[in-house]
Amino acid sequence: MLTKLTHWSRLKSPWILHLNTGACNACDIEVVAALTPRFDVERFGILLKATPRHADVIVCTGPATRQMKDRLIRIYEQTPDPKFVIAVGACAMSGCVYRGAYNVIGGIDQVIPVDVYVPGCPVRPDAVIDGVVKLLNKLKG
Amino acid sequence: MKFQIPIGPQHPALKEPISLRMTVEGEIIRDADLRLGYNHRGLEKLAEQKTWIQNIYLTERICGICSHSHTTCYVQGVEKLMELEPPRRGLYIRTLVAELERVHSHLLWLGVAGHEAGFDSFFMYTWRDREIVMDILETISGNRVHYGINTIGGVRRDLDEQQVKHILDSLAILRQRSEYYQHLGTNEPSFVARLAGVGYLSREDAIALCAVGPTLRASGVPMDVRKDDPYAVYAEVPFEVCTADTCDVLGRTVVRIKELFQCYNIIEYLLKNLPSGPVAVRAPRRAKPNEVVSRYEAPRGENIHYIKSNGTDKPERLKVRAPTLGNYAATLKMLKNGFIADVPLIFAAIDPCICCAERAVSLVDARSGQEKIISMNALKQLSRQVAAGNARKREAEWPL
Repeated sequence: MLTKLTHWSRLKSPWILHLNTGACNACDIEVVAALTPRFDVERFGILLKATPRHADVIVCTGPATRQMKDRLIRIYEQTPDPKFVIAVGACAMSGCVYRGAYNVIGGIDQVIPVDVYVPGCPVRPDAVIDGVVKLLNKLKG
Repeated sequence: MKFQIPIGPQHPALKEPISLRMTVEGEIIRDADLRLGYNHRGLEKLAEQKTWIQNIYLTERICGICSHSHTTCYVQGVEKLMELEPPRRGLYIRTLVAELERVHSHLLWLGVAGHEAGFDSFFMYTWRDREIVMDILETISGNRVHYGINTIGGVRRDLDEQQVKHILDSLAILRQRSEYYQHLGTNEPSFVARLAGVGYLSREDAIALCAVGPTLRASGVPMDVRKDDPYAVYAEVPFEVCTADTCDVLGRTVVRIKELFQCYNIIEYLLKNLPSGPVAVRAPRRAKPNEVVSRYEAPRGENIHYIKSNGTDKPERLKVRAPTLGNYAATLKMLKNGFIADVPLIFAAIDPCICCAERAVSLVDARSGQEKIISMNALKQLSRQVAAGNARKREAEWPL
């Protein structure tokens, strides 16, 4: 009964933490744009949270830079279980144009495990919503 | 009793990773310090491995909000190196996209300022209207954020009659909405009370600390690269440089709202006087050995690119000075003697774009003036040596 309730509430209110790990700001504003009236992800119960301790889903934008690597791991560990990571944008998936730069490790998956990849440079807000809904469907099943 | 408060790199008040260390006495900030480098990717080095054309797309990805600023600045420099003269229609379209970008950036900033001041419905309103500009940009270039419209020797896409009509129609809605924001931003008592007097930066300090863009203009200094050193077609477009003399966050808001109206006028002028002809000329693959400095008035202030060529199809050096970097020193000044609660507002008021500003730093010996480049390992060793020498004593003392 209780597990059923937690499962249901988890599906209805996935709170997200938006984390920039070295992105160019393009994906970041598109993630924020997804929260504003035109796209409005709040329909799915998604709220942007400021601290990892309140979040269920970490939305990562940008390639992992060497300076951010340790912080990224720390923020991942601060997030309570069960936690999910969405890699938003081509940089978060593979490094995109920054691939080969001396201070870039590569995609987010080089540092922490990733559940959903959302491609695009930058991603459209529609794609962010699609990614989140795919994650919710994954949880359902 | 002094405390040290760290803010960042991941913090509710900050959208991008940066670390602020503040020494506070009670509620009042006595000293502030910035730690950078969380967003440093090594773009300048990477640019040396890519060709002139490839670098347009790399410079575009220096920053997502001022993506057109960086490409235009870079492309203008390369055009000077290659001695190219872009056709006038191309320059008009380039300027048009630049002004549209300024509109979207200022609307975005207004929203963020509203959010930081605790006025979230303002944030939602401006971001809803920002979508109109995003739609215009999408019809022109095919993309919402990274337009990819600049190329060496002009632009990549032409405008047709239908698009011109669409932009003019949307402009009417934007004008109407901006008038509402102007009314709200300058008359709404609680909003004005929150912004007025916060983050004071006097005219002398703004000049001495090399502030740029709306931060400088809000301190009553009418400086704008578009007026002082006109590039593209700004020499023939009529517009005014907007200033305010309140020297605080309210002044910065007023400057940006005024600039929105100037942008609409410029866009209207450009569309009504759009010359016919081609939009681009063919560019050579190589540039003669030379060096050039290119200036551009980005939404956040003056953007400078230094480009050096060595006769090959790749640059030898690309140096980027983004406007946010110019504003850091002024921000620290603004933070001093302010309240902790004002930090997000003051910091947001310079419209920080951290990804723009994260460039490599060369070390200069303060005593001899000698510059040197240091390896990561040597730097780590150096810091360990310094840390070992420090007495292990904390500055902060808990009152309990």
